[in-house]
Amino acid sequence: MLTYASKRVLIGLVTLLAASIIVFAVLEVVPGDPARLMLGMNATEDAVRALQEQMGFNQPLLTRYFNWLGGLLTGDFGKSYTYSVPVLDLIKERMAVSLPLAMTSLVISTIIAIPVGIFAASRRGSATDTAAMGIAQIGVAIPNFWFALLLVYLFAIVLRLLPAGGFAGWENGFWPSIKSLILPSLALALPQASILARVTRSSLLDVLGEDYIRTARAKGLSRRKVLYYHALRNALIPVLTILGMQFSFLLAGTIIIENVFYLPGLGRLVFQAITQRDLIVVQGVVIMLVAIVVIINLLVDLGYAVVDPRLWSRS
Amino acid sequence: MNIWKSCLFGAALALLTSTASFAAKTDLVLGIVLEPPHLDPTAGAAAAIDEIVYANIFEGLTRIGPKGDVLPALAESWAQSEDGKTYTFKLHKDVKFQDGTAFDAEDVKFSLERPRSDKSTNAQKGLFAAIDKVEILDPLSVKVTLKQPNGDFLYNMAWGDAVIVAPESADTNKDKPVGTGPFKLDNWAKGSQIVITKNPNYWGTPATLEKATFRIIPDPAAATAALLAGDVQAFPVFPSYETIAQFQADPRFKVVIGSTEGETVMGLNNKKPPFDNPKVRQAIAHAIDRKTVIDGAMFGFGTPIGSFFPPHHAAYLDLTTQTAYDPELAKKLLTEAGHPDGFKTTLKLPPPTYARRGGEIIAAELSEIGIEAEIIPVEWAQWLDQVFKNKDYDMTIVSHTEPNDLNIFSRDDYYFNYDSAPFKELIKQIEATSDGPKRTELYQQAQKLLATDEPAIFLFQLPKTGIWDSKIEGLWENGPIQANDLTAVKWTD
Repeated sequence: MLTYASKRVLIGLVTLLAASIIVFAVLEVVPGDPARLMLGMNATEDAVRALQEQMGFNQPLLTRYFNWLGGLLTGDFGKSYTYSVPVLDLIKERMAVSLPLAMTSLVISTIIAIPVGIFAASRRGSATDTAAMGIAQIGVAIPNFWFALLLVYLFAIVLRLLPAGGFAGWENGFWPSIKSLILPSLALALPQASILARVTRSSLLDVLGEDYIRTARAKGLSRRKVLYYHALRNALIPVLTILGMQFSFLLAGTIIIENVFYLPGLGRLVFQAITQRDLIVVQGVVIMLVAIVVIINLLVDLGYAVVDPRLWSRS
Repeated sequence: MNIWKSCLFGAALALLTSTASFAAKTDLVLGIVLEPPHLDPTAGAAAAIDEIVYANIFEGLTRIGPKGDVLPALAESWAQSEDGKTYTFKLHKDVKFQDGTAFDAEDVKFSLERPRSDKSTNAQKGLFAAIDKVEILDPLSVKVTLKQPNGDFLYNMAWGDAVIVAPESADTNKDKPVGTGPFKLDNWAKGSQIVITKNPNYWGTPATLEKATFRIIPDPAAATAALLAGDVQAFPVFPSYETIAQFQADPRFKVVIGSTEGETVMGLNNKKPPFDNPKVRQAIAHAIDRKTVIDGAMFGFGTPIGSFFPPHHAAYLDLTTQTAYDPELAKKLLTEAGHPDGFKTTLKLPPPTYARRGGEIIAAELSEIGIEAEIIPVEWAQWLDQVFKNKDYDMTIVSHTEPNDLNIFSRDDYYFNYDSAPFKELIKQIEATSDGPKRTELYQQAQKLLATDEPAIFLFQLPKTGIWDSKIEGLWENGPIQANDLTAVKWTD
C-alpha cells in the first residue's frame, strides 16, 4: 500500500512541476500587453512604459519564472496586475463560491444518479429502465446553460422564489448564500447525474454478467444480496473515476453556468483574467487547479485500492 | 393550509404596520456589464471605473453634466486671463475627503502635477499636456498656467482621469478609493458586486440614496433575467438589445434610449494599398447601408453618422447623405480607382456585438461590389496589439467612446495611418479657440473634411440603452461620459 501511495504522490509532484513550466511558457507567448490593455487607446507611450515597469515586465524570463515558482512554494502567488491584490486572496474568495457549488452539484447528482443506475440495472429491459435511460439521454443532450435559463424563468421570474443570479456572500448569512447556489447546482447536476446514472447502470450490468455472480446466485444468495454485496462494490471503480473527473470539471469548467448566474467563481476569474491579460492570476489559478486535479486523482487512485485490494497487495 | 395562510397574512400585516410611514426606498441595485479592474480613475482607461466612481466617489475641479456641459465641482468658480493662458480657480471651503483629511489647494496642485510626472500611469496623460505650472495662491485658490491657450481645458479637467485625489490616499485608491464625493466605497466583493454608501460629511447637496449596489452581470440573458426577477432595479447600459422591446411593453419598466460619445467606425489602414486611394475608401462608404447594419447588429438602436461627431452636439452636421448607400456609384468609384473586379482584404473584429454582427453584414455588403473581406475575430488584447499598436490590419470595426476625440484623426502614428495637413491645422485652431460660433464653424469644417476624405467609414453613434424601474428618477438619459452619476437619483414612492 505504501509504495503504491508514494508512487502516486511522486507522479503527482512531477505533473505539477511540468504544469508550472507549461503554464508559464504558454502565457509568455500569448499576444497582448497587459499595460496597454489597462491604459487603453488614448494612453501615451511613456505612461504605458511606466506601467510595464511597475508590473515588473522588464525582468528576464527565467528570473520571472523562478521568482514565481519560489513564491508558489512559500504560498505567495504574486499580485494581480488588474486588481492589485494578492492572487491567493482572489483564489480564496472565488473558492468560497466554486467549492460549495461543485460539492452541492456533486451531491445532488450522486444522490439522483446512483439509485437510478442501480434501479435501472436491476430491472434491465423493463419499461422503467427504458424510461430512466431515456430521461438520462435527454439530460446529457440538453445544454446546461439552456436548462439554467429554464430554471431561472420558472423559479426566479415566474415564482420569484430564488434569485435569478448573483452570490449573496457568506458574510451575509448561510441561507441567502445557499439560496443563490441552488439553481446553479441543479443546472450543473442534471447532465452530470445523467452521465453518472448511465455509467452506474452499464458498469453494474457488466459485473452482473460475471461468472462469480452466477456462482453467488447458485450458492443460493438472493438477487438483492448479490446486487448489493457482490456486484455494486465491484461496479464502483468506473463510477469513482467518473466522479473524480466530474469534480475537477465542476471546479473549473463551470464558466458558462457562472456567466448565466453571474457567480463570482473560479471559472469566471480565469476567463476575466485571460481577457484582461492578468497573466499572474491565470498562472496562479491554473496551477492551483492542476494541484486540485492531481490531489483528486490521487484520492481516486487510493479509493480504487480500498474497493479493490488487489491493486495494492500486488505491488 | 388555512392556518398557514392566516399566519402569513398576519406576519405581512405586522411587517407593513411596523414600517407604516411607507418611507421611500433609499437603496438601489444597478446592473453593470464589466467589472472595473480597480477603482482609481487616474490610473486606468476602463470605462467601468468611471461607471462606479465618477461624481459618486471622486470629483474634479469641474465636472460633466447630464447634457455634456461643463459644470463647477470642487472649483466654485474660475476666472480666465485675457490671453486665455491662465485660469484662477476658487475652491469650495470646508470640503473633506472621505477619510476625514481636509481638501485644499495643495491637493489640487498634487493632483494636477502627478499625472504629468515620468512615473505617471494616467491613461489620459494628454489631458494635462497643456499645463505649464500650477501655483497655490492661498489655501482656497489655485492658478493654473497653460503653455498656450486651450479651449478644451475646463472640459479636460472634468474627465474622470483628472479628479482630485489626496497625497495621503493616492497610492491606495485602486483598492480603497478616497475622494470628496457624496458616496464612499462600502465593500467590493470582487467578481460579484460593489457597494457604495452615502457620505454623511459631504460638502454639497447630499444624495437621496443611502446605498447603491453595482452588480456585475456580463451575460445579456442573465441581465434580462435579473431585471425581470427584480434582482436589479436599473441597468443604465443594458447589453441585450434583442430583449429591449419586451421591456418597452412592460409598464414596470422605463426604457430610455439616449446617445453616447461612441462613434462606431470601420477604421481603414490609410497607408496600405488599396486603402491609400481616397476613391477606394469612398467606394466602400457607398457600398455600406448604415440602416441595415444598425437593424441587423443593433436591433435598430443607434443613429447613423456621416462623420466623426456626436449627433447630440450643437455643432453637429448630418453628412450621412454625402456617403449614402449606392452600390452602383460604389462600383463606378472602384473601377475608377483601378479595381473593376474588387479585391481581397481582411476585416479584424474585436469582441463587442456591434463589431462582430456589424462586421458580418458589412462583409456581405462589400462582396456585392466585389470586395472579398475575410473576417478575423480577435480579442481586445490582440486588437490593441495587432491593430492599434502595430497597425497590422486592413479594416476593423470599433466604437470610439471617449468624448471630444475628433483630434484622433490628427494624431501621428494613430492606427488609421491618416495623415492630412489641412485636418491637423483645423484641430490646432479648434484647440486654441474657446467655445462660440468660431469654434462651431471650425468643428463643422473638420466634419466635412473627414466625410470627404473618409479615412474611416463612419457607421453609427452607439446608443445608451437604459432600462430601470419606472419608479426611479434621476438616472442619466444620455452618456456624455461613461458614468453613473447617482447624486440626483431617487425613488418616487
